[in-house]
Amino acid sequence: MTSTDIFALCATSLVGLGLFGIITNPQPLRKIVAFNVIGNGVFLLFGVVAHRGAAAGLGADPVPQALVITGIVVAFSATALAVALLLRLAKATHLLTLEADDGSDGDLS
Amino acid sequence: MLQATALQSATTPGGFLLVLAVMLPVVGILLSLVLGRLAERIALVLCPLGFAVAAAVFATVWQSGRPLIYVVGGWAPPLGIVLRADGLSAAMMMMTAIIICATAVFAKGEFVQAPRRAEARGSLVFWILLLAIWSALNAIVVGNDLFNLYVALELLTFAAVPLVCLKGSATTVRAALRYLLFALLGSILYLLGAVLLYGAYGTLDIALLSRRVGAEPVAAIAAALMTIGLLAKTALFPLHLWLPPAHAGAPAPGSAVLSGLVIKGSFFLIVRLWFDAMPGLLTMAAAQLLATLGAAAILFGSVLALRQQRLKLLIAYSTIAQIGYLFFLFPLGLGLGGTEASGAVWTGGWLQLFSHAFAKAAMFMAAGLIAEALGHDRIAELSGVGRAAPLPMVTFALAGLSLMGVPPSGGFVAKGLLLIAAVRAAQWWWAATILIGGLLAGGYVLIVLGKALGSADRPLVLKASPSRRRELIALTVALCAVVLGLVPLRSSELLQIGRPPSVGVAQR
Repeated sequence: MTSTDIFALCATSLVGLGLFGIITNPQPLRKIVAFNVIGNGVFLLFGVVAHRGAAAGLGADPVPQALVITGIVVAFSATALAVALLLRLAKATHLLTLEADDGSDGDLS
Repeated sequence: MLQATALQSATTPGGFLLVLAVMLPVVGILLSLVLGRLAERIALVLCPLGFAVAAAVFATVWQSGRPLIYVVGGWAPPLGIVLRADGLSAAMMMMTAIIICATAVFAKGEFVQAPRRAEARGSLVFWILLLAIWSALNAIVVGNDLFNLYVALELLTFAAVPLVCLKGSATTVRAALRYLLFALLGSILYLLGAVLLYGAYGTLDIALLSRRVGAEPVAAIAAALMTIGLLAKTALFPLHLWLPPAHAGAPAPGSAVLSGLVIKGSFFLIVRLWFDAMPGLLTMAAAQLLATLGAAAILFGSVLALRQQRLKLLIAYSTIAQIGYLFFLFPLGLGLGGTEASGAVWTGGWLQLFSHAFAKAAMFMAAGLIAEALGHDRIAELSGVGRAAPLPMVTFALAGLSLMGVPPSGGFVAKGLLLIAAVRAAQWWWAATILIGGLLAGGYVLIVLGKALGSADRPLVLKASPSRRRELIALTVALCAVVLGLVPLRSSELLQIGRPPSVGVAQR
């Protein structure tokens, strides 16, 4: 087993753990964290692909590295937006859940 | 033909229009950030410009019969990125331009900065988000690189989510957060699929992928991941939970754009993925699964729409149902691929997409006007609105024609074509679903109309009478949906320009 394989396995388990977290956790904050765990798994996978696809004498394939930077920026902004919404919700309701406490939108979902 | 299109790596005359289509709204966003108070005026000035660009792209593709191509920076794929507008992209771009411009005129006056007051954030943000959605949708329809499309898709999501919670109440913030969480899961699954494809084939360019992808497990897994991600953003049953509160919670112009356009962006990508990037990978079982989800969406969405007590929620559930029809494209397009009926399937599917966009935008605008006039949108208390605010009700009814599939309307032709295709492809069960869906749609449209046209027990007092300009805009958008049904079907050849052979008439 090469180091690339180990990284690939790590990436896969991160994605798996994150998916489990995002599906099973009802709290939005945990879902956001789980999303970041999946995200890190995917970014690691980009690294693995870059290392494996190294060709033409380069140390690593540069394209996935370029992609990963953009991916991180996007994931960062997504997290920021989600946290901002969550803070706004917490300020308005003093709760950190997606379920309405007064049942006002209970029929919405 | 596929070979020819894939190898075209030179900018065609007019290719620069594609850059303009994406960049013009961005210029507006940047200007609005600097000149905050003038955001509305900037957006309203950019609308005709953007519309002209979309019309120019449309006309160029139509006239030349070939896709428009722009090679960014002169770097050809696989290193560079190509923007490419085929007939379908041109039509989507045109539809986007019409609805965005109509929404902008509709929203004029609703999001203004009061003079001599501190700058209101909502009024600034609405216009910026509207322009951002426009830019992102244009980027999606001309994108030809899966990672570039990922970024465009994210831009679309980030512009759409805050639109939901412009009102800032806890309910709408909750709806926006739920929307965002679904969208985040969707985007990360899409990205995972993209990295798998890059790892296996060394490119993310759609044209190059279409020649390299075979029926390998990695391609199937990547496609499945990306499809699930996109389904979450398209709100196909059972990933639709976020849609009703989000679309019902946004202000009326926002709902019109969200329901009419935003969810179509991710649907468009699903089709690009299966029929453009990986032709030959779609199996009948997978296609039937997608259509089964679509059928479930039609039945489930329609029945829930029937049970709603608020007008905007009813319209939002109807969106879930109408999205379902689009997914019949997969088994019917696959089953009839290579026969002369294949063109009719695609025409029907795209017509459903276009007519739903117009009808649903008009319906949300009408619902907004009614809610504004009455101060509420409870269906049980709509009695007499037909007399007090006749134009919004006419708009609602005209848009309803298209949703039901009653002539004359774009929805009628679309559903008719899909129905015939289902029979031709010997998949009668989809034909039955289309018919039942039409009946249910008739039910929920007529519930509203029946209430509104009935006479009130006591004279209805309007809180505010809706402005004639806004009423006429909503009516015009609804008429677009009707007129789509009168467009000669031969002009659907436009949609075939530059499409891969699996979508046209070629191999099965």
